[in-house]
Amino acid sequence: MTSLAWIRNNRRTQIVLGFTIGICFGFLLQKSGVTDYGVIENQLLLVDFTVLKMMLSAVIVGMIVFQILKQWGFANLHAAHGTLGSNVIGGLIFGAGFALLGYCPGTVAGAVGTGALDALFGGMVGMLIGVGIFAGFYPSLKDGILSQGPFPVVTVPEFLRLNPWITIFILEVCMVGFLLLLEYAGL
Amino acid sequence: MVVFGMLTQVSWSPYIAGAGIGLLSCLALVLADRPLGCSTAFVKARGLIGKMINAEKTERMAYYRDIVPRVDWAFMIIPGIIIGALLSSLLSGTFHVTWVPALWGSVFGNNVVLRVGAALIGGILLGIGARWAGGCTSGHGISGSIQLSLASMITATCFFIGGIIVAMLLYRVIGVGLA
Repeated sequence: MTSLAWIRNNRRTQIVLGFTIGICFGFLLQKSGVTDYGVIENQLLLVDFTVLKMMLSAVIVGMIVFQILKQWGFANLHAAHGTLGSNVIGGLIFGAGFALLGYCPGTVAGAVGTGALDALFGGMVGMLIGVGIFAGFYPSLKDGILSQGPFPVVTVPEFLRLNPWITIFILEVCMVGFLLLLEYAGL
Repeated sequence: MVVFGMLTQVSWSPYIAGAGIGLLSCLALVLADRPLGCSTAFVKARGLIGKMINAEKTERMAYYRDIVPRVDWAFMIIPGIIIGALLSSLLSGTFHVTWVPALWGSVFGNNVVLRVGAALIGGILLGIGARWAGGCTSGHGISGSIQLSLASMITATCFFIGGIIVAMLLYRVIGVGLA
């Protein structure tokens, strides 16, 4: 555990680690197909389900692994208390940008790596402008709309009042069932 | 040989690549004690640019006191993704420079200014929305859901609701009108 604390607190190690994890992430994003504009746009048009297949597969595997790591003390919970004003409104604004750009903040960088210049000069430049605008308005948003309508609890098991492992079991069955349905429908 | 064969494949099953991304997100939570997200890096980059233009003003801004503009773990994710995707596309021979995606071009034409303009507006909305919601498709959609975060699952659902509405408007209403 002490070596884990050293890794987490060593600045230079973290920079190398962030870069390495980023490289693996970019590699996997490109291989899964989601760095392609057409794949993302066709997901939003409900024609091609590659994006959801990739994301649900990540969650199906990660959910179990994270719970074990957390119970063994290797990982901590990093979930914030959400609000309607922040998560729902922000999510919908994000969605509009997602459809117009055809990439999300991670895949826009991945698309740049595959040679997409609209992702570089449109998407990444737009992202920098967008976060700058948000930073400017942050002081007035923070105690206003961003804190409106807080959710009652932080995690889904608390919300359902169930044991985390039972919650995970139910969610896994739903996700696997949905993917089987997609495959069965030939999507 | 088998491994090299996999690296040069044009694409992997989204289930295999997705499982890898799920494990990678857990690795980030263990080694960095942080969720694997992408939009924080843009805040840090924007803050660093701001400091070059007007250091005093940038340092006064509350948001850059919460998310400190510096080159660190969260910042390095984006250059990493660019290099990783570049490597993957070079290895499979799919790298090619484009201005207008094929699907966009087939409906809205191959005008570069129109496409980059739309991408710019999309990028601005994406940047505002990601920070408004406190994360993006990877931070909320994958890492948040992995941790059973209620807010993250609601946010990810809203990403797709908003995205489906605007994509349908673009391609099924405006696009059909143009044809």
